[in-house]
Amino acid sequence: MKFSTKDLSRAEQVFSITGLQVGLAGQPDAAPVLDRIDLQIRAGETHCLVGESGSGKSVTSLATMGLLPKDALEVTGGRIQLKEVEITAASPSRMRDLRAKRVAMIFQEPMTALNPVLRVGAQIEEVLNMHTDLSAAEAKARTLDIMEQVHLPDVPRIYQAFPHQLSGGQRQRIMIAMALVLEPDLLIADEPTTALDVTTQLQILKLIAEMQQRHGTAVLFITHDMGVVAEIADTVSVMQKGRIVETAPIRELLTDPQMDYTRKLLQAVPNLTPRPARPVNGADAVLDVDNLQMTYGGTGWFSRSEGVRAARDVTFDIAPGRTLGIVGESGSGKSTVARCIMRLIDPTGGRVCVAGSDIARLSRRQLQPHRKHFQIVFQDPYRSLNPRWTVARSLCEGPINFGQPKAQALEHAAELLELVDLPRDALWRYPHQFSGGQRQRIAIARAVAMKPDLLVADEAVSALDVSVQAQVLDLLDDVQKRFGIAMLFITHDLRVAAQICDDVLVMQKGQVVEHGPAGAVLADPQHSYTKSLIEAAPGRDWDFANFRAVSAPSAIQGATV
Amino acid sequence: MFGYILRRLLATIPVLLIVSVFVFLLLRLTPGDPAAILAGDAATPAQLERIRDSLGLNDPLHVQFLTWFGQMLQGDFGTSLISNTDVLDMVSDRLGPTVNIAVMTIIISVLLAVPMGVIAAWRHRSWIDFAVMSFSVLGFSVPVFVIGYILIQIFAIELRWVPVQGYKSPADGLGAFFSRAVLPSLTLATIYVALIARMTRASMLEVLGEDYIRTARAKGVRENVVLFRHALRNAAVPILTIIGTGFALLISGVVVTESVFNIPGIGRLTVDAILARDYPVIQAMILLTAGIYVMVNLLVDLSYSLFDPRIRY
Repeated sequence: MKFSTKDLSRAEQVFSITGLQVGLAGQPDAAPVLDRIDLQIRAGETHCLVGESGSGKSVTSLATMGLLPKDALEVTGGRIQLKEVEITAASPSRMRDLRAKRVAMIFQEPMTALNPVLRVGAQIEEVLNMHTDLSAAEAKARTLDIMEQVHLPDVPRIYQAFPHQLSGGQRQRIMIAMALVLEPDLLIADEPTTALDVTTQLQILKLIAEMQQRHGTAVLFITHDMGVVAEIADTVSVMQKGRIVETAPIRELLTDPQMDYTRKLLQAVPNLTPRPARPVNGADAVLDVDNLQMTYGGTGWFSRSEGVRAARDVTFDIAPGRTLGIVGESGSGKSTVARCIMRLIDPTGGRVCVAGSDIARLSRRQLQPHRKHFQIVFQDPYRSLNPRWTVARSLCEGPINFGQPKAQALEHAAELLELVDLPRDALWRYPHQFSGGQRQRIAIARAVAMKPDLLVADEAVSALDVSVQAQVLDLLDDVQKRFGIAMLFITHDLRVAAQICDDVLVMQKGQVVEHGPAGAVLADPQHSYTKSLIEAAPGRDWDFANFRAVSAPSAIQGATV
Repeated sequence: MFGYILRRLLATIPVLLIVSVFVFLLLRLTPGDPAAILAGDAATPAQLERIRDSLGLNDPLHVQFLTWFGQMLQGDFGTSLISNTDVLDMVSDRLGPTVNIAVMTIIISVLLAVPMGVIAAWRHRSWIDFAVMSFSVLGFSVPVFVIGYILIQIFAIELRWVPVQGYKSPADGLGAFFSRAVLPSLTLATIYVALIARMTRASMLEVLGEDYIRTARAKGVRENVVLFRHALRNAAVPILTIIGTGFALLISGVVVTESVFNIPGIGRLTVDAILARDYPVIQAMILLTAGIYVMVNLLVDLSYSLFDPRIRY
């Protein structure tokens, strides 16, 4: 692992937070949201702020921008200092003047962070119009220049484009151009790559580093991804429940963390080295997908378009008790395959055999008796449970539909809750009373309640914090062992795939490019696309859980051949 | 875009056709013999038969429909049973006042309501928001004629700034037109201000929670620019929809206001025709209303693309 090796000993301190406290507005007695935070960043330094969701990372950044939601949060103590300016004492109009000029911010979701009805060129230019006296021609020239600097292709065309005409990566480049056009002292990046594919993420991280070097910007980088931290950080602060529990240079933090919480956080990072596959048990496949095709559109009477081929010639099978992972970037067709298998959409060709019968062409009514053989767990536990239903009703609905007496279904549901480490009385509560991880456990219990032969997990741990992620992965493993379920695990995260899958199937643009045992595919990829995916995985040569570099033989050795 | 407009115009044909069939049947299937109405109480059976014959009432229904439809396509909507004048002339005479008042009402409503809604959303839960919402409830619940008479009392009778009633076309001088049109327009505007302000506020509240508004603020953009440049355009689609519907409602007739201010508009024409069972006029009015709704909806749909580049036809 090559950590950042910048020499910052002589760099000027640009930004500091001293004893910052933020509390709920109008509730002085409530526990503070931020509790005496201290933080310093020098010119040219990248300081990573890590922690799980709810730890106060984003509140810190919003406080720095003076953008705390007025009626919800307020600064109750401490100081934020940007060079000579004390931000915590600045008036609203002074603060507005500082934004973009002295401190700028980029956000997580490039899809929603740009105004959809304004051309992106105009959105960058607006920064110049607000803060400088440049003429229209000068402002345009400067906008085109910064767009060149962030390596956007065909700048004159993109200048005229609307956000929806650009890719996620291009939009994030626009955001970066907008943030850096006035060369601010401090750039705050709040999870700027979390919503992007790994290969795009790598490009954006490189771009931020390049721009930082060119302009000498201090960067406060907020992330939950330890891999990203290892790639870019000079120094790191770890946040937990509104406090900074540990601050250290990157190498020190990763090799010799002082605090228990930091160790726990690092140990939860899934290893990119695949776990050994389980022995093949020789049982007949539960799921047999043969030559699956899915083409969207192109079927209308007047349609002259060919349609989008989201899946072509996809063939694989899964035996009981084994896990197949489908990995790929967004748009690769992995979710399309999952939805075809669940018959949430109707495949346009091929066979899908579940427990011995082909379900690809069955009508909705014919499909009904087969439904209990295959169940799905979705990505977002906040939206996949009916908020107005008790847990009991969600868990029992399926079994009752299939003729189980109500009392028996309830008893079974209670047992399942215990299996997923929730108390029996959780039956009578509603989804909003649980955390994200707990809800995902309920979703798993709901799927298992049907006693399926096949469980499809569509990005089932992607929305969870790493520590919770590890617990849910353990749970899935446990459930699988206990019931001998075959599992299809859809994920974009190679680390997760390495931890849970026996076999891996790599998809690109609707096609399978590589398929084999996880150990072989991830440790010794043959296809160039698989190689590029593994090479783009951040922090891939660091073994976070053991606080040392990855030792040979590993996934990585193979990947760099 | 052009192809879309063409397709939408073609799609109006079946709509208007269905309305025509309905309108035609309205006359033939309602109890009462049109010939008897035409001829009056003193007519002999022979006279009635002659009138029936001349109206084609003895032909089979589909022949009658085709004849009637053919005449209509040539602009012949028949003659009024009451005044014996050409229906098309009657309607077009009355259309001018109604359209002029409607346009003025909508302009007043939009100019008042949109800023009200924007500010109410911006200062959500403040006294301004409360005031706008209270006005909005009031605008909905006070009957139009009450507002009309109050305005007349204040501005025409007490202050004597404008005439009490009547209508003058803009061709007779803009001053004369405005002085007579301003009170009815204001009267009608109260309910539309209430409606549009509410819709603007709701739509703006949603947009102000979006990520790109946070981005705009993070750029150091001034609040008025955040509101009117970044937020309002994104909030426009539901507001436009309600303005369009409002306009169509205004044109298809506002009887009470026309009565209060003695304006010779479409609303009164329709009501008079219904009371007098003047079927040719009723038919023409129904067709006109249907046509207006179809056109306004098309215009509203097209206007979406002016505000939101993601909508392309």
